[in-house]
Amino acid sequence: MDWTMVLKAFILGGIICVIGQILIDKTKLTPARILVAFVTTGAILGGLGWYKHLINWAGCGASVPLTGFGNLLAKGAIEEVKTNGLIGAFTGGTKAAAAGIAAAIFFGYIASLVSKPKIKKQ
Amino acid sequence: MKPINSKEEYATYVDQKTPNSPILKNCFNAFWVGGLICALGQIIFEICKTRGIDETTSYTIVSISLIFISAFLTALNIFNKIGKFAGAGSLVPITGFANSIVSPAMEYKSEGYVMGVGAKMFTVAGPVLVYGISTSIIIGILYIIFNTQSITLI
Repeated sequence: MDWTMVLKAFILGGIICVIGQILIDKTKLTPARILVAFVTTGAILGGLGWYKHLINWAGCGASVPLTGFGNLLAKGAIEEVKTNGLIGAFTGGTKAAAAGIAAAIFFGYIASLVSKPKIKKQ
Repeated sequence: MKPINSKEEYATYVDQKTPNSPILKNCFNAFWVGGLICALGQIIFEICKTRGIDETTSYTIVSISLIFISAFLTALNIFNKIGKFAGAGSLVPITGFANSIVSPAMEYKSEGYVMGVGAKMFTVAGPVLVYGISTSIIIGILYIIFNTQSITLI
């Protein structure tokens, strides 16, 4: 096991989360807006080809935060454009991110099936 | 206490009374919880690598595993407590995306399985997917137009 990569993932992942925390504390953005901002930033950095350097350096430290999800979308779109042309721009991104989206929806549905609905305490 | 007459006075009064959010402490908690989640992902990745699974599939396995853990902890009501403590530390990694789907799915179960669970699941994840996927399509089209990633050489 490559423990230096684990340490690098810890450091970079932590730094990306601190950026999010500063945005929450300083700008009063809602969590939804922060997630949208992170995904869009990741997609743009991925489209420019810069994000892959972060992934090469820290592995999951860059791929696990939502910026990595955005990067995955952009990378997938570009890869598919290379092989399929314009259609690839529409199929590539979602195809690359399909596992994450499908898993979240599926597990979310299962969780709602097994959980008892909470009564909100006001 | 003297009465408050103007908007400015009121603003300063509110500033005095609202507690300062302890930003350093929040950032510290976000750092180590977020870092820990990414490190856990990296450990799963390394295990996949030693079993000879290729890189792309390994990253997919990492995503699915973390999403499963997040959904499981959300269902047990543990994730919300972690979220309160860690702030962006558990929000920004993919666990936060999973939590944003699972949590409303559970909460709105009483409104039915179609318009409750099915629709409310996407209150936060919907915008994320809309902007993420739209950006990726634009990037794909821009790539066709310029047909190069030459700026990427930087």
